[in-house]
Amino acid sequence: MSALTESAPLLKTEGLTVRFGGLAAVNNVSISVPRGEIRGIIGPNGAGKSTFFNSLTGVIRPTGGRIVFNGEDIAGLPPHVISRKAIARSYQITNILPGATVLENVRIASQSRRHNWSMLRHYRSYEDVIARARAVLADVGLADKENELASNLSHGEQRNLEIGIALATEPKLLCLDEPTAGMSVTETHATVDLIRRIARDLTILIVEHDMEVVMGLAHTITVLNYGEILAEGRPADIQANPRVQEVYLKT
Amino acid sequence: MDQIIIQTLHGLVNGMVLAMVASGLTLIFGIMDIVNFAHGDLLMLGAFVGASVLGVTGSYWLALIVAAVVIAILGALLQITTLRPLIGRDPLTTILATFGVSLVVQKYALWQWGPSVRQISEPVRGDFTLFYLQYPWYRIVTALLAGLIIAALWLFLKYGKYGIWIRATTQDRVMAQAMGIPVPLVYTAVFAIGSGMAAASGVLFGPFAGVTQTMGFDFTLRAFIVVVVGGMGNLGGSILASIFVSLLESYASILVSPAQAVIVSFVVLVLTMLFRPTGLFVPTPK
Amino acid sequence: MLVLENVDAHYGKSHVLHGVSIEVRAGEVVGLLGRNGVGKTTTLKAIMGMARRTGGRITFEGRDLQGVPPHGLAGLGIAWVPEERRIFRLLTVLENLRTGLDRRGMTPARREALLEKVYAYFPILKERRNQAGGTLSGGEQQMLAIARAMVLEPKIILLDEPTEGLMPRMVAQIQEIVHALHRDGVTILLVEQNVPLTLDAAGRVYIMEKGTVRHHASAAELRADQRVIHEYLGI
Repeated sequence: MSALTESAPLLKTEGLTVRFGGLAAVNNVSISVPRGEIRGIIGPNGAGKSTFFNSLTGVIRPTGGRIVFNGEDIAGLPPHVISRKAIARSYQITNILPGATVLENVRIASQSRRHNWSMLRHYRSYEDVIARARAVLADVGLADKENELASNLSHGEQRNLEIGIALATEPKLLCLDEPTAGMSVTETHATVDLIRRIARDLTILIVEHDMEVVMGLAHTITVLNYGEILAEGRPADIQANPRVQEVYLKT
Repeated sequence: MDQIIIQTLHGLVNGMVLAMVASGLTLIFGIMDIVNFAHGDLLMLGAFVGASVLGVTGSYWLALIVAAVVIAILGALLQITTLRPLIGRDPLTTILATFGVSLVVQKYALWQWGPSVRQISEPVRGDFTLFYLQYPWYRIVTALLAGLIIAALWLFLKYGKYGIWIRATTQDRVMAQAMGIPVPLVYTAVFAIGSGMAAASGVLFGPFAGVTQTMGFDFTLRAFIVVVVGGMGNLGGSILASIFVSLLESYASILVSPAQAVIVSFVVLVLTMLFRPTGLFVPTPK
Repeated sequence: MLVLENVDAHYGKSHVLHGVSIEVRAGEVVGLLGRNGVGKTTTLKAIMGMARRTGGRITFEGRDLQGVPPHGLAGLGIAWVPEERRIFRLLTVLENLRTGLDRRGMTPARREALLEKVYAYFPILKERRNQAGGTLSGGEQQMLAIARAMVLEPKIILLDEPTEGLMPRMVAQIQEIVHALHRDGVTILLVEQNVPLTLDAAGRVYIMEKGTVRHHASAAELRADQRVIHEYLGI
């Protein structure tokens, strides 16, 4: 591992390209995300946002370019290896364990980070894991529901649980894929507060369609269109950018 | 050498009958994702009905038609009562349902016709001479009939008005409904067609080995193997696979007893699952 | 003709539509605008009985659609052109059309006439009538999807993002087609993200956000003052 200074970006992509047959879903995308930043990724339908995320988290193999995370080249690595490198992701379709309790869902994620394959110890003896899980639940606002079955939670609570599961793996980079999709206005506000709370020690990439959410949360926004970067900058600059307006309004 | 020619003929003939059975099964699976464990028993029931009609009227052809129609209607009724209420539920429930139907049909046949073997006499007598070998005509006629029926099915699916409905529903049930196609009715119709074909196969096969309550089992087993090997839901594949597997079994029975030759089918099944799970005769999906 | 009153819908636990109220009168082209994920497609799916309606009413020509089986909607006069087009890929162009042409009460003469009419709108479909649906280009598939709806001789067509993913030239063609259908007296509920096309084609527009209708105005008003559009659809 190379020696890193705090000023080096946590995540850097250089010329990242993902082709499906003849179509470049992600085309020559180079971004640089400094440690501690909340980066918003927006763009019209089909702009390549999900594909970009998928290539960061190892679900899809990029066809070209580099992804450098924490000084390490991670392009093309399988998802479980990338997870160990402290990148966590929440999904558009909720991926919780419905038959387990809220605490168990988070505990399992935390355990996977902290302990290996010992089959003999009783699960209750993992004090540190349980404590960590409880702390995460407090962060995502589900502390009072720890013994509730995950399937009994409301949709908004389930999506927040999903963020909690991702958090429990103690990531350095958290990738959120449309975290407020399908939420009411109230639930959305709660989630935005949640993300602000957890952002202190994290670097966050967030793909969203809800402009209020993204404009309110992100430090920097990258706009994708047809797989390429159309614009990048602070929320106010992006809002004022006529080309971005054009793309969204298709004028 | 004679054995090889004879077994080739056996393989082709058996393959055609099996193809009829497998077609119905794969059609049913392809459109409504139902694994019909009662398929072989409907075949058996058809054979018994055929034998009874033959006994009363003396006409093989009448027996064939009546059996197919009666069992088709029975199939439709079965689907409406036992399977339609289960649409959308866990696939395990439909498997259990068809398995239950299978048991009921078997016991019914036992009760209705008793344990003795029935006969369906051949529709045509005499042997066909190939070089210096004799081969019974009726077997060839059976194969041709099976081929005709399968061809009729294929033409119906390809060009018939309702054939298009069936194919559309198989590809996209939701869009078919949006086009006004009455999907529940299509399901019932397909189940009826499959049942009718199974029954006809039973009558066709009757002269080969007699009609017993357990004749369905062998067919069910082989039909499932063939449906998987040919690609589930793939009509052409199951026909090719039927002939392929039957030929292999026939050749194998030169070396071992026919009862043991069925092992060949299982070997083919396992190899298919290992290397080409979508089906041997299906182009590899990209 | 088509009225949604206070409709709520759920996908499993997800409460995706909150009190949506929309009205489409006979002969109108009504636009439904909104960014991705706001519930436009879900609104159409609720009409088609595909999303679980948990509140409110949907009536068509006065008749409550609750309890109408999914395959009964075409017979009532409601045609659907879904977002993904959903062409029957293994059926030829002609066979795709036949799924709608072969309805009850259709004489061969009427079928022929309808087919000719559809071919007149879309000559390329006539050319490719024996080609499998899956081999058509995106634009051609969109045309086939619209043609397939047309052969149902519907009273209303639910058009879901017909221009998505199409080249600008094709977008213009789709715009032409919507105009032509309107001139022919077909009622259309047009769901879109393309603002100029919608403002041009529609008479009235509803704007949705986060599962509910936020604004409702005539296209003329919205063309004159685009601020509302910018607020809900822009950045």
